[in-house]
Amino acid sequence: MELIVASAIGILTAAGLYLVMRLRTFPVILGVSLLTYAVNVFLFASGRLVVNRPPILSDASSYTDPLPQALVLTAIVISFGMTAVVVMVALGAYLSAGDDRVNADESRRDEPDAGEDRA
Amino acid sequence: MSHWVVLPILMPGMLAAMIVLAARYHLLLQRVLSTGGTLALLGTAAGLAYGASDGTVTVYLLGDWAPPFGIVLVADRLSTYMVLITALLGMLILLHAMGSGWDKRGRHFHALFQFQLMGIMGAFLTGDLFNLFVFFEVLLIASYGLMIHSGGAVRLRAGTQYVLYNLLGSTLFLFALGTLYAETGTLNMADMAGRVAAIDPGASAAIRVASVLLLLVFAVKAALVPLHFWLPASYAEAPGPVAALFAIMTKVGAYAIIRIYTLVFPPDLPLTEGLHGAWLLPLALVSIGVGMIGVLAARRLDRLVAFSVIGSMGMVMTAIALMTPAGIEAALYYIAHSTFATAALFLIVDIVRERRGGHGVRVERAPPIPGGPLVAGLFFAAAIAMAGLPPLSGFLGKLLILDAGFGSPLVVWIWAVVLASSLVAVLGFARAGSTVFWKAQEAEVADAGDTDKDVSEAETDGAPAARTPALPVIAAGGCIAVLAALTVFAGPMTGYLRATTAQLMTPQPYISSVMTAEGKPITHEDKDHGKESGHEGDSGEEAGDGHADDGSEGGH
Repeated sequence: MELIVASAIGILTAAGLYLVMRLRTFPVILGVSLLTYAVNVFLFASGRLVVNRPPILSDASSYTDPLPQALVLTAIVISFGMTAVVVMVALGAYLSAGDDRVNADESRRDEPDAGEDRA
Repeated sequence: MSHWVVLPILMPGMLAAMIVLAARYHLLLQRVLSTGGTLALLGTAAGLAYGASDGTVTVYLLGDWAPPFGIVLVADRLSTYMVLITALLGMLILLHAMGSGWDKRGRHFHALFQFQLMGIMGAFLTGDLFNLFVFFEVLLIASYGLMIHSGGAVRLRAGTQYVLYNLLGSTLFLFALGTLYAETGTLNMADMAGRVAAIDPGASAAIRVASVLLLLVFAVKAALVPLHFWLPASYAEAPGPVAALFAIMTKVGAYAIIRIYTLVFPPDLPLTEGLHGAWLLPLALVSIGVGMIGVLAARRLDRLVAFSVIGSMGMVMTAIALMTPAGIEAALYYIAHSTFATAALFLIVDIVRERRGGHGVRVERAPPIPGGPLVAGLFFAAAIAMAGLPPLSGFLGKLLILDAGFGSPLVVWIWAVVLASSLVAVLGFARAGSTVFWKAQEAEVADAGDTDKDVSEAETDGAPAARTPALPVIAAGGCIAVLAALTVFAGPMTGYLRATTAQLMTPQPYISSVMTAEGKPITHEDKDHGKESGHEGDSGEEAGDGHADDGSEGGH
């Protein structure tokens, strides 16, 4: 069980980091999403891997830690919002500049400020 | 329990929601609400700082849930000091944004500004690590919106980089938090301090990893080399007032390092002994170097100021890395100085950009700008402050850092790098200032020596940029006035900061104030389980607030 969960976190992180270092925006956003999946599974696993137990203190003799599940919910919601924002910003950058390269265009940095570049 | 502590968070948050809902299309109403709210925030911050000045640690329980499961806000000397700096900075920047018309150039400036203030205040006041993460996200998402305010291809590209880099930083923060929770079983800072101290040194590998991961996360926010690459492009391309507000965001990283590494992983804890001593101080010195080299190499004023931010954050991190009371005290003084010096410089660069027309902020000869002498004088004062020359607060700050460096084995390097950085900064700022302001006078004299036709051409070039609103200049002057006040009142200030550092270095009163705070009584008669679902409810509320904010932005 630990092997599966740990491998999943590791593979997701590795794939996410690989994609994050691409030169186009879309793979980078996919990479960030994979990284958030990895970190969410990691947060969930920080409450120890327990099988078949409710996350509620009840009459049952044992339970699983509910706090990491709350943390994961918070993290999912926050990263969902962040992904939406980054997609919007990247879309705006793509539509303004015509390409979705991540790196700034070094050759154009010292050109005169064209009217549409800097409002 | 006094509700004043939660007001710096609640007020900007509700004001921002009100602005979006009720004043969406009325700029004047937005301005009035925003100004009134920020003034009230300044008053509340001053009151909180006064209340904490005698050493009382005020603990506020969110939802009245008892710690360590309930989320707490803690107002001690350090938190209220940072809250006061932020409120004062926010007021000055708001004046600039309104005076220069930046708030008209895109939608929702004032709402995003208030959300940003809410996030920063929350990050300073919270006493719970996951809540710190949530407030980091609030302030980051507001900063994304502010960063791309009024758009433009270059700004959007820089904004994408800024957002992506910070998303990675947030992911790292979550990894660190997960490890910390797995090792200690709590997220409350005071409780964690107690539990970390009780960890068996033999089984300490994971907690050591977690402490370094956490330090790296805050180092990303504080732009420590080699995690600084996001800063120059983002700060240079952000709108002027927004870049000035970003000045306090790097300080959030420095504050978090000071808070965690005096409370949870104090310098005398054998568990984390020597984990960051070997590399934090050298990297801070390298940051100073990188910043100053950037100042010298910059061909645009906005990049110049952005690199000087890296340099001044390097100075702050040098003082923090010493981990002695003198070092922390010097760091706190330098934080205040660096915030207002950076803000003054970014506001002045924005004024220059507005008035210079086609030449923008490139360091090159151009016709003189309207109101040039005053702006040049302000740039001169701000540059003196940032470079660390007497008589302004940069000099005193560097003196304090040099003085604090005596106990360290790297003291020769600290002195050499700090003094050399002052020299290099003076060179860089002097070259930029003389090209932009003095040589402009020479260009005008040379033009006037030519035919009348050239003179009239120079005049018509100047006419479109002839709008010289006074409020931005007043705001920049206000920042410099604060720097002057920091110099004049340096004695009382360092006395107060010494008391702050003493309070930080003896965390027991903080820990006991938090852990003995009584929340609402929990009864176990019914199956409704207060503590767990209470914390879920609080986290859900925080998540819900964040989600609602995103929804309103996406909806427009």
